[in-house]
Amino acid sequence: MRNQTPLFGRWQVQLILLLSLCCSASVFAQDAEISTTAAAIDTAPTEALATTAPEFDTLVKALTQGSLPKRAQTAKKLGQLDDPRVIPIITALQQGSLYAEKSVDPLVAISDNAGNYVNALNGEKIPATQAEPLKRVPINNTMRSQLRTLLASLNLNDKKPAVRLNAVNRMIADGVDEDTIALLQERQKTEPNEDVRDAITTAFALMNLQSEKASVRIDAIAVLRGSLQQEVRSALLDIANNDSDIKVKQQAQFALDSIEDRISAFRLTENIFFGLSLGSVLLLSAIGLSITFGVMGVINMAHGELMMIGAYVTWVVQQLFPNQIAYSLMIAIPSAFIVAGLVGIAIERGVIRFLYGRPLETLLATFGISLILQQAARSIFSPLNRAVELPEWMSGSLVINPVLSITYNRLYIFIFGLIVFFALLAILKKTSLGLKVRAVSQNRAMARAVGVRASWVDAMTFGLGSGIAGIAGVALSQLTNVGPNLGQAYIIDSFMVVVFGGVGNLWGTLVGAMGLGIINKFLEPYAGAVLAKVLVLVLLILFIQKRPKGIFPQKGRAAAD
Amino acid sequence: MKLKKIAKHVGALGIACGLSIASFSAAAADTIKVGVLHSLSGTMAISETTLKDTMLMLIEEQNKKGGLLGKKLEAVVVDPASNWPLFAEKTRELLTKDKVAAIFGCWTSVSRKSVLPVIEELNGVLFYPVQYEGEESSRNVFYTGAAPNQQAIPAVDYLMKDMKVKRWVLAGTDYVYPRTTNKILEAYLMAKGVAKEDIMINYTPFGHSDWQNIVSDIKRFGSAGKKTAVVSTINGDANVPFYRELGNQKVTAEDIPVVAFSVGEEELSGIDTKPLVGHLAAWNYFMSEDNPANAAFIKQWKAFIKNDKRVTNDPMEAHYIGFNMWVKAVEKAGTTDTDKVVDAIIGIEAPNLTGGMSKMLPNHHITKPVLIGEIQEDGQFLTVSQTDGLVPGDAWSDFLEGSKDLESDWIKLKCGNYNTKTKKCLGAAAAQ
Amino acid sequence: MLTQRLLLSDRGGMIVLGLVLIAMVLVPVCNLLIPETSSLHISTFMVTLLGKFLCYALLALAVDLIWGYCGILSLGHGAFFALGGYAMGMYLMRQIGPRGQYGDPLLPDFMVFLNWSELPWYWQGFDMFWFAMLMVIVIPGLLAFVFGWLAFRSRVTGVYFSIITQALTYALLLAFFRNEMGFGGNNGLTDFKDILGFPIAADGTRISLFLASGFMLIIAYIACRYIVTSRMGKIIVSIRDAETRTRFCGYKVESYKLWLFVFSAVLAGIAGALYVPQVGIINPGEFSPLNSIELVVWVATGGRGTLFGAIVGAFTVNYGKTIFTSYSPETWLFALGALFVIVTLILPNGLVGLFKRNKKTPTENTVTAVESKTETAATKETV
Repeated sequence: MRNQTPLFGRWQVQLILLLSLCCSASVFAQDAEISTTAAAIDTAPTEALATTAPEFDTLVKALTQGSLPKRAQTAKKLGQLDDPRVIPIITALQQGSLYAEKSVDPLVAISDNAGNYVNALNGEKIPATQAEPLKRVPINNTMRSQLRTLLASLNLNDKKPAVRLNAVNRMIADGVDEDTIALLQERQKTEPNEDVRDAITTAFALMNLQSEKASVRIDAIAVLRGSLQQEVRSALLDIANNDSDIKVKQQAQFALDSIEDRISAFRLTENIFFGLSLGSVLLLSAIGLSITFGVMGVINMAHGELMMIGAYVTWVVQQLFPNQIAYSLMIAIPSAFIVAGLVGIAIERGVIRFLYGRPLETLLATFGISLILQQAARSIFSPLNRAVELPEWMSGSLVINPVLSITYNRLYIFIFGLIVFFALLAILKKTSLGLKVRAVSQNRAMARAVGVRASWVDAMTFGLGSGIAGIAGVALSQLTNVGPNLGQAYIIDSFMVVVFGGVGNLWGTLVGAMGLGIINKFLEPYAGAVLAKVLVLVLLILFIQKRPKGIFPQKGRAAAD
Repeated sequence: MKLKKIAKHVGALGIACGLSIASFSAAAADTIKVGVLHSLSGTMAISETTLKDTMLMLIEEQNKKGGLLGKKLEAVVVDPASNWPLFAEKTRELLTKDKVAAIFGCWTSVSRKSVLPVIEELNGVLFYPVQYEGEESSRNVFYTGAAPNQQAIPAVDYLMKDMKVKRWVLAGTDYVYPRTTNKILEAYLMAKGVAKEDIMINYTPFGHSDWQNIVSDIKRFGSAGKKTAVVSTINGDANVPFYRELGNQKVTAEDIPVVAFSVGEEELSGIDTKPLVGHLAAWNYFMSEDNPANAAFIKQWKAFIKNDKRVTNDPMEAHYIGFNMWVKAVEKAGTTDTDKVVDAIIGIEAPNLTGGMSKMLPNHHITKPVLIGEIQEDGQFLTVSQTDGLVPGDAWSDFLEGSKDLESDWIKLKCGNYNTKTKKCLGAAAAQ
Repeated sequence: MLTQRLLLSDRGGMIVLGLVLIAMVLVPVCNLLIPETSSLHISTFMVTLLGKFLCYALLALAVDLIWGYCGILSLGHGAFFALGGYAMGMYLMRQIGPRGQYGDPLLPDFMVFLNWSELPWYWQGFDMFWFAMLMVIVIPGLLAFVFGWLAFRSRVTGVYFSIITQALTYALLLAFFRNEMGFGGNNGLTDFKDILGFPIAADGTRISLFLASGFMLIIAYIACRYIVTSRMGKIIVSIRDAETRTRFCGYKVESYKLWLFVFSAVLAGIAGALYVPQVGIINPGEFSPLNSIELVVWVATGGRGTLFGAIVGAFTVNYGKTIFTSYSPETWLFALGALFVIVTLILPNGLVGLFKRNKKTPTENTVTAVESKTETAATKETV
C-alpha cells in the first residue's frame, strides 16, 4: 500500500500548509450557510480516541466508496478521530474538492480547484500525470448537510473566531439539543470572543425556550429580544402561538413585535438597494446611448448588440486566462471598451455618417446592423449561451445583519455604474475631446469654422458611446446570460431611460435610471414582476405626454428640433 | 414606353413565381422525406438547433443501416425562425410541397399549438420531443417528451419523502407550461395535506433578469422553520440570473433546494455551475447515465457534431426514441402512409438511453423512467432517485378539474378526449 | 373625374392593383378547378401564403399612409394589427363552442384547464360576428385615438413618438403574456374550427378569405388614395414637410394627425382580423417590437410615400423570407439586416424608386421633400 508509509517529518510541515489552505476554504464553506433544520447527526466526540494510522487510512478510503448513507456513517466515524487531518478532508468532501481513484485501494486527493492536487493522507503533492484518473467523490444534498453539521462541531474549537461563530450559528440553525448544548457549554468556558459568546448565549436561550418552567422561558425570551436571527424568530413565533402559559405568550409576542419593527426598517433599506441596483444596470446600459442618441441624435438600435460584444469579450478573456478569473475583469473592461468602440467607429464610418440629420433612417439602418451582429454572434459563438464565471470576490454577499445583506456583484456593479457615469461626465466636461463633442453637437458649422474636424469628432463620439456599451456588457455578463439575445433584452429599457431622463442630459439619464429602478422595485411586491413592468411602461408613456422632453429637457438653441 | 418596360419586369416576376410554384409539385419518389421543424434563428434557436442536428445524425445513421423500406431517408430542414405562425406555414409547406412522411419538431407549446390544426387537417405525423403541460392528445401527434406525471409529480414526491420538504415555492415563467404544471402540483400538494399558506406561487416574465426581491422573498418564505424547496418551471434565459442571485444571496441547495424542469445539460453548459451545485432537476434521461446504449449515443453525437465538449440532453433522447419507434412502425406497416403508421406504432417498443425499453401507448405518449439528479460542478447530473420501472405518460392530468374525467385511447376508443363520466368523445378531436 | 384622380394618375398603383386583381381571379381558378396533378395547380399552401401576404400588404399600406405622407413613424403598428387579430380570434374561439377538448360549451380550453369558472365580461358578445367585426375596428381605433390624442396634443413628435409607440406595443406584449388577462397567455388563441359556419380548413373557405383580403386591400388602397389626393391629403403632406408652418397657417395639425393615425390603426386592425383565420393562431408574439420594426422595413423597401410601394415591399420581403428560411436558414438574418442597411443608404425611394429613375414623378418630388425637410432640420440644429 503505497500511501501507508507516511513520512512523518515532512508530513508535519505540509500539514501546516494544508491546514492554512483548508482553513481559508472552510471559512468560505461556513460563509455559505444560512438556516433551516437539517437532520442532525449525533457527532459529539466526548472523548478523544487514540488514532492509529491504519484506521484513519481505511476510513478515508472508505469515505470515497459505497453508498451515500454508508459514506455518511464513515464520515461520522472519521469525525470522532482526534486527528488534525480530519477537518481538511471532510471540508474538502463537503466542498466537492475531494478526489479519488476508482479502485479497491484508491488514491485520495484534495484539489485546490486550480488543477493542483495533494494527497489527502500525507499531504504530498500529486504530479499532474498521476492526477489523471482522479474523479471527484460524488456527494448529494443530504450528505452535504450532514457533513456541514459535523464540521460545525469540529470547527467549534478552531483558532479563528469567524469560523467558530459560524460553527455556533450552524448549530443553532440545525436545532439545539442536549448534545450541542454540552459542547457549547464546554466551549463557553474558554471562549474569548464576544460575538461567539453572544451566539452561544442565544443558543442557550433557545434551548431554555423549551424548558418546562415558565419563568425560565420568560427569561429566555428576555435574552432573545431584539435578535434578528431567523431561528429566534420562528422559535418565538411558535411560543407566541402555542405556549400553554398566557404570560409567556404575551412576552413572546412583545419580543416578536419589537423584532418585526426593526426588520421592516431593514426591508425598506433592502428594497431601496434593490431599486438602485436595478437602476445601476439600467444606467450602464443607457449611458452609452445617451451619448449617441442624446448628443449626436443617432438612434442606435445596435446599442444592445454592442453590449453583447462586450459580454462576449469578457468570455473570451476568461477563456484566454482560465486560471486568472479573479483578474479577468480588469482585462475585460478595457478590452471590451476597445473592441466595442472599434465596432462602433466602423458602424459610424460605414453607415451612420451618410445619415446625419435623418434620425428615423439611422433607426432602420442600425436595426439592420443589430440583426447582422446577432446572427454573426450565432455563427461565431454558436446559438448556445456562454458560461462567464463569477470571480470569487464578486460572489457572495455583504452580511450587515441576519435580515439585511447586499450581494457583492450588485454592489460592485452599482459602484462601477457610478464610476463610469462620473468618468464620462469628466470626459465631456474636462477634456478637449469633450469640448469638441459639445461644440459639434451645439453648432456644427461654427465648430468646423474654428477648426474642429467634425467628422473625426463624430467618429470618436460614436466610438466612445459604443465603448461604454461594451463596458456595460462586461457588467451584464456578471448578472445574466451571455448569448446572442443579450442585447435585445435591454434595448427598449435603455431607450426608455434616455427619453425619460431627457435627451442629451447625462444627469437626466442618471436620475431616470435610478428612478425607474426604484419605481419598478416598489411596484413589484404589489403587482408582481410582469405587471410591474407593464405599469412602468404605461407610466412612462403618460409621463412623456406630460413632459415630452423628459425630466431635464434641453434648453436653448440646441433644443430646437 | 415605360409601361411596357414595367410590364416586362412584371412578366419576369410572374414567370419566376410560376416556376417556383411548379417546382413545389415536383417531389422525388426514390427517397422517404423526413421533415425537421426546429427554429434555427430567433430566440428558440438556442435550444432547437441541437435537435435539428440530432435528427440529421439519426437519419444519417439509419441510411448507413440501409435506409427504410429499401429507400434512403432524406431530411428536409426548414427554419420557422421562432415565429409561431411561421411554424404553421412551414408545416403546410413540408406536408404539401415536400410531402414528408413524418415531421420531427417544435419545442415550445405555442409552436405545437400552432402546428396542430395544420397537421390534423393534412393528416401528417408529428413527433414532439419536449416535456410539456399535457392536456392534449391528437391522433397525428406523438408526444415523446414527458407529461407532467412523468416529471413534475415524481420530483415533488422525492422532495416530500426523501428531503422532508414541508413548504413549497412554485416559481415559473408566465406561460402555459408553468401555469398548468403549477396548477397540477398545487392540487397534488393540497391532496397530500399541504396547507395553502405553505405554498407560494410566483410568476415572472420571459427572460426576467432581476431576481433580487424574488429570491429575497423565497429566503424569507423559507425561514419559517419548515424545510422549504423551490419547484422551478423557469424558462431558459431567466435561469442564469436566477441561480446567480440564489448563490449570491447564499441560498444553498442544502437549505432550500431548487428542483428545475427546464434545466438540462445543454443549458448548464452555458452557465457557471458553481452556484448551482446540489440543486436538482427532474428528467427522463441524464447524460451521466451509465449504460452501453448511452455511451454509444454520446460517442456518435460527439463524432457527428465534431466537438468533444458537446453534451446530450433529454429532448435529444426523446427524438432518439421517437425516431426509432417511427422506423419500426413504418417497417411493421410496410408503408409510410399516415393512417397505417399511426395504427402500427401503438405498442411498439424502442430502447431508451437509460437502459430500458420505452413503449408507445394508445394515448400517443410513451413510457419513461423518471430520474432526479443533483447538478454537479462539471454540468452533469448525479442521479439521486429513480422511479421503479417506467412511468406511462398521462395525457390528461388527474389533478385538474376539467381533465380528470378525460381519457385518451386511439385504439379502443378512437378518441383523444373521451369523457369517462358522460361516456362521450368530446369535441372535434373525435375524428373518424 | 374621381377615377382619374384616384387611379389613372397613379400608374404604379394601377399595375399593383391589377396584379392583385389578376391573382384574385387566377388563384381560385388554379386552386379549385385545375387538378392537383397539373403543373398549373396552385396548392392550398400557396393560397394561404398569398392570403397572408395580402394581409401584410394591407398592414404595410396603413403604415405607409402615416409614415410616407404624414411623417409619423409608428413602431407600434403591430399592436393594432394584433388587437384586430385578437378580436377575430375571440370570435373564432367562441365559435368552437362545445367542440373544445373539454367539451365546455362556453369556456375556451385554456380557461378550463386553468380552472376559470366563468367567461370574463370582455369575452361577452364575441360569439356574434357583427359584434366581433365591430370590435376589430373599435378596439384598435379607440386605442389609437386615446394614444394619439395624448401624444399629438402634447406635441410628441419624431423620434420620441416612435419610441413611445414601441413602448406601447412592448407593454401590450407583456400584458398579453400574462395568463390572468384571459387571452390564453403565451399560447394565444388557436385550434379554430369554423368561421360563419364554414369549416376554416376547407379550400373554399381559404379561397374566400383570400378573396376577402384581396378586396379589402383594394378598397383600402382606394380609400388611402382618396385621402392623399384630397385637400386633407395636401394638408397632411404639408404637416410632414413643415409642421410648425402648417400650424401657423391656422390648421389644426393635431386633429389631422389624430384622424389619420386612427384610420391607419383601423386598417391595421382589419388586416389582423383577416390574418388570424388564415394562419390559424394569434398570440402575443405579434405584439413584439421586432415585428413592428420589420413592417416599417417592408414599407421602406417597397418605397414609402407611394402607397403601392408598401404593397410591393410587403410581398417582396415576405416572399424572400419564405424562400430564405427554407433554403438557407442561417443566412436569413444576414440578408434581412443587409436589406435594412442597403435600403436606407442606397435606395431611399425603395424598389419602386428603381423604376422611376429617369422621369421626375410627383412621388419623387415628395420624397425629396422629405429629405430636404430633414436636412433643414439638421441645419437648423447646427445653425
